[in-house]
Amino acid sequence: MTSSITDVEITPKVVQEHGLKPDEYDRICKILGRKPNITELGLYSVMWSEHCGYKHSRALLKTLPTKGPKVLQGPGENAGIMDIGEGWAVAFKVESHNHPSAIEPYQGAATGVGGILRDIFTMGARPIASLNSLRFGPLADPKVKRLFSGVVRGIADYGNCMGIPTVAGEVVFDESYTENCLVNAMSVGLVRYEHIIKGRASGVGNPVIYIGATTGRDGIHGATFASTEITDESTEKRSAVQVADPFMEKLLMEATLELIHDDLLVGIQDMGAAGLTCSTCEMASRGGAGIEIDVAKVPQREKGMTPYEILLSESQERMLLVAKPDCEQKVHEILAKWDLHAATIGFVTDTGRMVVKENGKVVADVPADSLTEAPVYHPAKSEPDILKKHREFDEAAVPVPSHPQEVLEKLLSDPTLASKRWVYRQYDHMVRSNTLVRPGSDAAVIRVKGTPLGLAMTIDGLGSYCALDPYEGAKTVVAEAARNIACSGAEPIGMTDCLNFGSPEKPEVYYYFDRVIAGLGDACRAFHIPITGGNVSLYNENPSGAIDPTPIVGMIGLFTDVSTAVTQWFKDEGDLIYLLGDIGDSIGGSRYLQVVHGKKTGLCPKLNMEMEHKLHQALKAMADGRLLRSAHDCSDGGFAVALAESCVTGWTHEAKTHGAKVELPGQGRVDGRLFGEAQSRTIISCKPVLGAQIEALAGKFGVPCAKIGQVGGDALLIGGEINAPVARLADLFFTSIEKLMA
Amino acid sequence: MVWHVSVYVTLKPSVQDPQGATVQRALNQMGYQSVQGVRMGKFTELEFDGKLSEAEVKKQADEICDKLLANPNIESYRFTMEKK
Amino acid sequence: MRFAVTVFPGSNCDHDCEYVIRDVMGQQVEMVWHKETDLRNPDCVVVPGGFSYGDYLRTGAIARFSPVMKSVADFAAKGGLVIGICNGFQILCEAGLLPGVLIRNKSLQFICKNIYIKVEQTDTPFTNACKPGQVLKIPIAHGEGNYFIDPEGLKKITGNGQVVVRYCDEKGNVTPQANPNGSLDGIAGVCNLRRNVFGLMPHPDRSGEDVLGSHDGQYIWKSILGAKVGAA
Repeated sequence: MTSSITDVEITPKVVQEHGLKPDEYDRICKILGRKPNITELGLYSVMWSEHCGYKHSRALLKTLPTKGPKVLQGPGENAGIMDIGEGWAVAFKVESHNHPSAIEPYQGAATGVGGILRDIFTMGARPIASLNSLRFGPLADPKVKRLFSGVVRGIADYGNCMGIPTVAGEVVFDESYTENCLVNAMSVGLVRYEHIIKGRASGVGNPVIYIGATTGRDGIHGATFASTEITDESTEKRSAVQVADPFMEKLLMEATLELIHDDLLVGIQDMGAAGLTCSTCEMASRGGAGIEIDVAKVPQREKGMTPYEILLSESQERMLLVAKPDCEQKVHEILAKWDLHAATIGFVTDTGRMVVKENGKVVADVPADSLTEAPVYHPAKSEPDILKKHREFDEAAVPVPSHPQEVLEKLLSDPTLASKRWVYRQYDHMVRSNTLVRPGSDAAVIRVKGTPLGLAMTIDGLGSYCALDPYEGAKTVVAEAARNIACSGAEPIGMTDCLNFGSPEKPEVYYYFDRVIAGLGDACRAFHIPITGGNVSLYNENPSGAIDPTPIVGMIGLFTDVSTAVTQWFKDEGDLIYLLGDIGDSIGGSRYLQVVHGKKTGLCPKLNMEMEHKLHQALKAMADGRLLRSAHDCSDGGFAVALAESCVTGWTHEAKTHGAKVELPGQGRVDGRLFGEAQSRTIISCKPVLGAQIEALAGKFGVPCAKIGQVGGDALLIGGEINAPVARLADLFFTSIEKLMA
Repeated sequence: MVWHVSVYVTLKPSVQDPQGATVQRALNQMGYQSVQGVRMGKFTELEFDGKLSEAEVKKQADEICDKLLANPNIESYRFTMEKK
Repeated sequence: MRFAVTVFPGSNCDHDCEYVIRDVMGQQVEMVWHKETDLRNPDCVVVPGGFSYGDYLRTGAIARFSPVMKSVADFAAKGGLVIGICNGFQILCEAGLLPGVLIRNKSLQFICKNIYIKVEQTDTPFTNACKPGQVLKIPIAHGEGNYFIDPEGLKKITGNGQVVVRYCDEKGNVTPQANPNGSLDGIAGVCNLRRNVFGLMPHPDRSGEDVLGSHDGQYIWKSILGAKVGAA
């Protein structure tokens, strides 16, 4: 009987079922000086899960650079915050919702968006844009199509209903994710300095108020669920997925922002993973205080819920707040205006303890700190043998195709490289009328009304590179994200990351994890970009093994004058086209090698961080001088694909495409020069009269700069190798996913 | 003769139904105070070849509900059958 | 000129309407919460886009019962100008202030993109600044914008010149290819018989400035301002 759950005897089996190891249980007993009851065991179980406690990742995460002159809030709060000037700050964070999306794609993805949005507005910031990064198996698979379409619809319906534009994203289709899709959602918000608020409790006696949806039995143990591998049995763990309610969230958002702007709150926290438990102990712990609550006062949707169930429920769209003294009445008035449930369920104490009562009777009493300080592990790591094989791969043995044009057409139709128009047209990317650069360019650009400021934003991941060389791969993810920002004309100022890996208890997986963090850290230090927060998602495993190590990087760029923003497509006949950076000729790790030759191997491109940084600075200087007509990152798919994209992508924005005639620079393999993925390259175009200034600026920053041709005509001509009608390229690029999904 | 199968898919009782809850609030605000609960679902009509046996139709309808019409993670279903 | 923008729980283009009216067009604007009944004496009421009540049940179905809608209906009955955009159009249809209904897009998908509409009636307070047949580039963003009306009703609104704008291509041809959502006869916006209530799916609130991709939405706002002058 559920009613007697508080009397459950704590056997080793019960401990194991809660995902706790025997020594972790011993540690709990030591902290409490007694055995925990089942409710307390539940609290530790969720808070010490990987999802909440970061026990396998915390030691490494501490090595990442998190400081910088613009950082107002680093990791440890609901979201990071950076200063952008004029009294404004930007709050942003990325988070995963992989496992729920695999079980119920629509609701899983939707609740993922809901969670990250709450993280933003609980900092006092109004969300202004969302982004997402998705990974699925090959799209030809009908099961993948359903998953893909469900996830996209879930993201769309939630964001659209909230009225927050989804402005950028990326989707990769790769066998590595067939049984374990990745759904990473990022949100960006704006906040005035004076409205920044944190998730902390303070002031003895201040009321602790619960607002939002009622609590049900759904999602109990979601956090522990997110920290275990998906197996056939997990489809049985049915209650772990919840139904999203974007309408409730919209009311919560408006009410929350009103409460914060009216200065009625001490602190506020979203009830996400681990629900009421997490929000209570984290607020107490951050504020150096204690909290006492009575679960009987929590608004409940179902009858007969036990304290255990109420504390561990992950019902969506709920928040916990601590009001200022004498403000309780005003808080309730505002909540009533928005038709929101609200209940004062407890108060702040100075005991440092999280005390839970049920109708006055204590059912749990533990030190709040002890819940938020999960054990830290340093798992074993060992280099996987496969990495050596990748290093020894002999490129010279790969035949050079005799018809490069067919290769280009194949790559442009590859769902990973092709336009994601089918996706972003389902997202309202214009609401709030601030989107200056819509999806389909290197970075989205959002203006800050009433100021000259603007924000560029992008989200990137390179799982396939990281699988070949985790250190170089991770550096390259950061470089690509920063390059996308720089191509849009902004200065990269801050980053958030979501680290998607397999089981950390496998030494090979942990090796990847370790090297990826080293790569991320080194690249961020080289480019002076702090990481202000993020999320770790471990235990992403297929029945056949771990997913590719997939760090996803969300990056924010700042425009002090947003009128200098640049887009990736060619603008006018006769404009000069330049290649910044060296062309290279290696095909290792490229999408070309994978799509055309069926090989996911080789050495991924080496990144020269100093050169990369110079390139970012040069691009920024060119944009500031209003010299650029277009700038496009030259990365996956290589030189030829980047040129083709600059030719066709104006279609969805200006209903125009352009041809171009360029030479193929460099020496060595033709396929390597056309489709190889050497880093630190950008294709730019400018008015003919500005060519000399472009060359001078490139020279000043020490960036290689080659005039390669001109915009014009109806075809893309590259050396003597490619002569393709632009209309055909556009058709392949824009419709390949649409045809597959029809 | 054709088998007419009427399928009702609803959220499981333990799963929150935001749409139903919103409609209920609206009804209460409109003055229908006595409405104490609203749960919303989907209704689907299937037609099967009348030559199939009742057991076969039931088996197929079950499969169809399990695989497509309902997501067993959050939804349950029931159906009625009639030959006419 | 004084505008009132109604705000329902779940409205989310209310800010865009406020911004374009006040900051782009330089007019006065008041936000009116759905529980209020006083519209504060406006010259024109704007029912904005969004997802009032989450679009639960049916788009606009719950919002039409909000207290403010009674005031909007009274205002319209007295000849006041009312424009409904996107979800606002859906609400006005549900409330019976405009003929027809908006059902799910033919593709079953939400669609966000710039489209073109052809202005077929210029003798309305909402289109008097347009030339007959003028093509406007305006974005749409909706999942349920597929206009439907029974054959009898269609005959009526067509005959009465109530079909104000239709989806078209860049050159103004009303074709099935240019119809983004399956709307009957490409209908993108209609007015009532008296021509003082107008609803459309495309967003003139998001197309008031070139930096956003188009300023063609201004023609609608300028028309409303012109109508006021004309009436005075």
